[in-house]
Amino acid sequence: MSVLAVVVAPQGRSPSGWAELMGAASTVARLTGEPVEALVAGADGPSLEALARDLWRRGADRVWRLASDGLTEPDPDRYVAALAWAAGRLEPTTLLINGDPLGAQLGPRLAMRIGAASVTEVVDVRPGEQGRPGWVRPMYGGKAMAVVGSRQARTVVNVRPRAFAAPAARSGEPPADALVSLELDAGALPAPRLRVLERRTAASDGVRLEDARIIVSGGRGMGGPEGFQVLQQLAEVLGGAVGASRAAVDAGWVPGHLQIGQTGKMVAPDLYLAVGISGASQHLAGISGARHVVAINKDPEAPIFRAAEIGLAEDWRKVLPSLIERLAQALGRAPGSRAS
Amino acid sequence: MHLVVCVKQVLDPEMSPRDFAVDPVARRPIAGRAPLVISTFDEIALEVALQLREAVGGGTVTALTLGPRSADEVLRKAMAMQADRAVRIDPGGLGEGDAFVTASALAEAIRRKLSPFDVVLCGRQAGDTDGGQVGPMLAEALGLPMVANALRVRPGPDGSLHVERETEEGTEVVEVRPPVLLTATNAESNVPRIPKVKDVMAAHRKPIEVMAPSELGLAGEGLPARTAVEALEVPQQSRQCRMVEGDSLEERVESLVAALLELKVL
Ligand SMILES: Cc1cc2nc3c(=O)[nH]c(=O)nc-3n(C[C@H](O)[C@H](O)[C@H](O)COP(=O)(O)OP(=O)(O)OC[C@H]3O[C@@H](n4cnc5c(N)ncnc54)[C@H](O)[C@@H]3O)c2cc1C
Repeated sequence: MSVLAVVVAPQGRSPSGWAELMGAASTVARLTGEPVEALVAGADGPSLEALARDLWRRGADRVWRLASDGLTEPDPDRYVAALAWAAGRLEPTTLLINGDPLGAQLGPRLAMRIGAASVTEVVDVRPGEQGRPGWVRPMYGGKAMAVVGSRQARTVVNVRPRAFAAPAARSGEPPADALVSLELDAGALPAPRLRVLERRTAASDGVRLEDARIIVSGGRGMGGPEGFQVLQQLAEVLGGAVGASRAAVDAGWVPGHLQIGQTGKMVAPDLYLAVGISGASQHLAGISGARHVVAINKDPEAPIFRAAEIGLAEDWRKVLPSLIERLAQALGRAPGSRAS
Repeated sequence: MHLVVCVKQVLDPEMSPRDFAVDPVARRPIAGRAPLVISTFDEIALEVALQLREAVGGGTVTALTLGPRSADEVLRKAMAMQADRAVRIDPGGLGEGDAFVTASALAEAIRRKLSPFDVVLCGRQAGDTDGGQVGPMLAEALGLPMVANALRVRPGPDGSLHVERETEEGTEVVEVRPPVLLTATNAESNVPRIPKVKDVMAAHRKPIEVMAPSELGLAGEGLPARTAVEALEVPQQSRQCRMVEGDSLEERVESLVAALLELKVL
């Protein structure tokens, strides 16, 4: 009987959002009165050991360490097998996994394999029916919020990355019995069924969208790749990154990993400047963490203005060139020169 | 090559929030005037399958749905896009359902009625519940390897498949041996084709095979849902937008610059 935060670390390194996942685990445990535990699974090594200590510092009463050379690749088959095995040993009531691309696959598969319920995209928790947690999550592209309850003894929950606040870290060293190694028989891991032949990582000269403090984002209203070149100039003047709506990705004007929204990146910049984006709920789902939203759209009725704090109802072609010029002057940066 | 594409009928996900309302007692949206459509990423999955069939130079694409009679519409849409075969599992007797029930029903239909098969495709997530569960659960139920967020599939050497998929930083090409389950996501290369008028007409004359849960060994109490929606509500929007004013374009740009600087984040 425990709330188990499951952290998957194929390279042994700390994956992003692990501390916030501990925040989710503590919140759930306060509700159910169960102890908080963490399971870290990945490639063996000093960084996995360090991550285990960090998990204890962020509130895990006990940290289980599942280290295996067989877990060096982010192979979903192997991770599902390893986690199913660990779930059988530890018997948690709730398993929390970050809903990043790998975790989003592991959650429902693990639930299916161990006969648990699966809930995804969870952003909050509150008392639900039958004295059990009510998992709060958006539905209908963010147009509604739902409370979902589990009807099984065990539940696997995919938490939306960073939806919960990370708990304050405690200092000191974990007591000897707080860190426990699980010995996984290497033969228990299945042979890989997928082989990666080629990895095309886009040459990213700028900041990662998830970490960007300023994002300039374009939609179908940009009219073509040339429009995105203008946005790039604006981004350079502001020292920010360029993002896009799904419509701009589908049109082939920008690569898919720049998509922001429910099925793209979830971003949390200080400033999100949306240009030629209508503001569909699925797009807005990706920017709920933005501190300030500013929109330029030629349609004064566009829904983006209901999500924005400052709006300019204008054709971007008429305003962006002079806006870039004026901001460059005001900020003392030349357009075209790379801002830090 | 036999490709099975799972498609779901949903309330138009692009409908404006202004027209969206829920029945809090039934814990369901009020359909109103919004149309029912094929779920966005399922339509993309269908496009990925059709392109693979073309690349292979033959094969069968079967569109499979779980849904009431109205869901025949999404199967007709699939056939208008040139799917070869359409199958509907009628949910009568399956109760409220959830992703687990759906995945189990689809798995039984594929296992008992649509085998042998090479590829099962699903959208990465449904346009209504946004769950992203049925694909991974179905892979698990059928014991298949899974490639998530597939953009494009091409035949590889020795009967393998090469799947181009989206990652957080770019794309990857993965080799896998069928049978396999893929979930599809959007890209320029897989924007769904628009059917020709004559194919839309022809689709209305094509047969739809309907299966009852009992034929799949699923009737009765065998498949209780593992989750339940306990509440559904529309959150309040509170943000007030300040529209930048000014008599000339120049003035408006000036005010926007001033407003941006006032935020003190630049
Ligand atoms: C399950 C699901 C998941 C989805 N996930 C995402 C997601 O992750 N991200 C996402 O973005 N979408 C997502 N979508 C799609 C979403 O519903 C919208 O279709 C999409 O966001 C629309 O993109 P857009 O705003 O660029 O295009 P449109 O809705 O076509 O809007 C274009 C806007 O540009 C304005 N415009 C045109 N010309 C100009 C000009 N010259 N100057 C200024 N403004 C101009 C127009 O007034 C209009 O408001 C998803 C949909 C579904 C069903």
